Amino acid sequence: MGTTDDGPGRTPTATSGKTQGAAERAAAERRRINHMPGAGTPRAEAISAGRREMLTDSHRLQIKSLAERGATRPRIGADAVCEALLRQGVEVFFGYPGGVVLPFYDVLGDYPELRHILVRHEQGGAHAAEGYARATGKVGVCLATSGPGATNLVTGIGNAMLDSIPIVAITGNVVGSLLGKDAFQEIDITGITLPCTKHNYLVRDANDIPRVFAEAFHIASTGRPGPVHIDLTKDALMGECRAEHPDGVDLPGFKPNLDGHPRQIKLAAQEIARSERPVILAGHGVLISDATEELRELAEKAQIPVAHTLLGVSAMDETNPLSLGFVGMHGWKHVNKAIQSADLLIALGMRFDDRVTGHVPTFAPYARIVHVDIDPAEIGKNVAVEIPIVGDVKRVLQALIPQVEAVAPERRAAYLEEIAGWRAESEKMPWHGSGAWRNGQLSADFVVSRIGEATGHDATLVADVGQNQMWTARYGGFRRPNSHISSGGLGTMGYGLPAGMGAAVGRPDKETWSIVGDGGLQMTVQELMTLVQEHIPLRIALLNNHKLGMVRQWQELVYAGNYHSSHLLGPDWCKLAEAYGVAAFRADEPDQVDAVIASARAVDGPALIEFCIAQEQNVFPMMPAGKGLSDLLEEQFEEPKQ
Amino acid sequence: MSPTGSTPGGNVDPAHPAPAHTAPPARALPGHGEAHRHVLVAIVLNKPGVLNRVASLMRARNFNIETLAVSHTDQPEVSRMTITLRGDDVAVEQAAKQLYRLIDVLKVQDVTSDPTVEHEIALIKVRADDRNRGEVLTIADMYKAKVVDLAAESLIVEATGTEAEVDALIALLRGFGIKELVRSGTVVMSRGAGSIEEAVKR
Repeated sequence: MGTTDDGPGRTPTATSGKTQGAAERAAAERRRINHMPGAGTPRAEAISAGRREMLTDSHRLQIKSLAERGATRPRIGADAVCEALLRQGVEVFFGYPGGVVLPFYDVLGDYPELRHILVRHEQGGAHAAEGYARATGKVGVCLATSGPGATNLVTGIGNAMLDSIPIVAITGNVVGSLLGKDAFQEIDITGITLPCTKHNYLVRDANDIPRVFAEAFHIASTGRPGPVHIDLTKDALMGECRAEHPDGVDLPGFKPNLDGHPRQIKLAAQEIARSERPVILAGHGVLISDATEELRELAEKAQIPVAHTLLGVSAMDETNPLSLGFVGMHGWKHVNKAIQSADLLIALGMRFDDRVTGHVPTFAPYARIVHVDIDPAEIGKNVAVEIPIVGDVKRVLQALIPQVEAVAPERRAAYLEEIAGWRAESEKMPWHGSGAWRNGQLSADFVVSRIGEATGHDATLVADVGQNQMWTARYGGFRRPNSHISSGGLGTMGYGLPAGMGAAVGRPDKETWSIVGDGGLQMTVQELMTLVQEHIPLRIALLNNHKLGMVRQWQELVYAGNYHSSHLLGPDWCKLAEAYGVAAFRADEPDQVDAVIASARAVDGPALIEFCIAQEQNVFPMMPAGKGLSDLLEEQFEEPKQ
Repeated sequence: MSPTGSTPGGNVDPAHPAPAHTAPPARALPGHGEAHRHVLVAIVLNKPGVLNRVASLMRARNFNIETLAVSHTDQPEVSRMTITLRGDDVAVEQAAKQLYRLIDVLKVQDVTSDPTVEHEIALIKVRADDRNRGEVLTIADMYKAKVVDLAAESLIVEATGTEAEVDALIALLRGFGIKELVRSGTVVMSRGAGSIEEAVKR
């Protein structure tokens, strides 16, 4: 094979894809779980009982007062924070304690309905909140202390800003009288998060907490979602709070327009009626506004093929014949060709990112564009459009569909057949099905497609960033809305594991897989411990090529093979995972893949599989930077390199 | 497969692109038109940090503010900003839309092409002694400017007017020697009975 060095002293379970019996493994896992701190104690019982009670909405708003909880102390700001979280339906949040937030942790035990997950790094907490939000559609919450705790959240907050993910990030800060005095662990965190949040607050008075939390959750989840940051001084957390929680919010400067203008919607219907080669570009907005049914209805009524942006993947069942696949820099060639030859683009809840358009003057040269987005600032920002519609995708589609003329399949037959021909061509790969790339090495796309198959296309697949992300989006085979989670706008390496953790916590009813590379996993690997401590059944598929694969790909194709700093060493992954208490498996050969996937799925608790993939496999096609969708680089099927 | 021929690309069959010499026209990029001066009026909540949010946004979005004037209004809860900046119509429209995204911004209006009263105030400390003081006073008088401070070797001229008027006065006074100069930045108000503040009243 020669894809990796076989390190000395591998544990029997980890060696060369030989998998232990699933039952034995599960038993070992159960033994370990029973050693979890707190398991079996009255406190742990109370927590699970409390959570069960929280399952119905009617219980949610009946939040017990401090007296009902048997506490005799006065109600302080930290109590108001807990009450506010409960009022907002928060069941779980991700945090890390520290000096100035200790008043909060001091009262948190009085609110057993709130499940706090102790992460190993604040960045992991922020990404977990994002994964939770994307998997559930609810607001994700993360918490950190002042100074370094707060700055560690910033990457996650920036990611939520660019991907429109509703999260509320809570930080502590030093007591108000020390603000601006360079106190211990003081940093101007509201100044830092100002440009990468939808809104942020500095709260210095406990009595402001109820109002600020109500506003923050409203802003984070209304209109175009995004991160809201609340910085609470230590005295705000400790001070007595007499303020009641408001029933609503009063934000005169925040009134998103939900309904599209009727005249524009009528024009859009006319455009659709006139077009012969329409394409729908479905973005994240379709998923956010829960418009996947409407999307399917529009596509089927007017026989319009649907292309997905990276964050729009899973907006339509990929087995639907009208669903084309993923567009853009590493999108499918047939999808990019369909866009380049379209006479009408119907862009739904997307923002014409440069990874989608390429060089704008050459983008969709024959197309008129209908652009639906809830954020008016996205209209005309990157691409001039003919029919702008500002509104919520679901509501706009509900208004639009009745006005759209039904199109008989025959009218589009030639058009759809042409795309189907391109599709057959672009999906053709010499190694397809065999699972082996050149020299018979394990091919990454095969691994991803097998995971999709094995999980019945119902699992949530969470990608990291880089080649693994593109393989996931291309080959995951997504059928259920929100079953694909990826860091699109910010492209945050290290996202996959913690975001998968959040997604698994948010949707315990669904299997969750993180598909990550060896570079990204080394950025946030410490969250393996969180998985074990909280018994989160995340499955991690590590596509290990001992490379920063996408960097290496660019160096090969754009920088004339100057491979500087893209080869990286990694640990013995199976040993590392087992050291954390995570079940570990490994596959080197294509014929081992299905077996290790089955073994990992049988584990009760977290599991990691190291797939030793071909080191030099690239993601094709690829649109070089500065070029257009018609200038795709494609795989050259040359003789295998020796 | 027969396209309608009414597409913006002209009568080209996109399925079978014509030879290169009839390649479709390039898609226009927004914001590449002729740049000129725009005046925006923003009504914002009177809260700490709002000026920072506006300034930070304009910097991050690559807009260059020429002048920015902030003040209270007759409603204690709102402040008013007058922002002048250069850019083409699309870029400035984008700036206004980005301002709207701020939760504390209630209303933004581009008043560049509206009939408005547009003034700024300048204080100009000019070198002037017994020999040329009369000349300076005459110039100030012609520009309806006031002398608000008088010393043996200098005086302060207070001028109000449009940016261009103030520019012209400053150019004339430069010959005498300007020791110090401060300008408030433009403030602007639409003519007629309409009111941007009433438009945001709750």
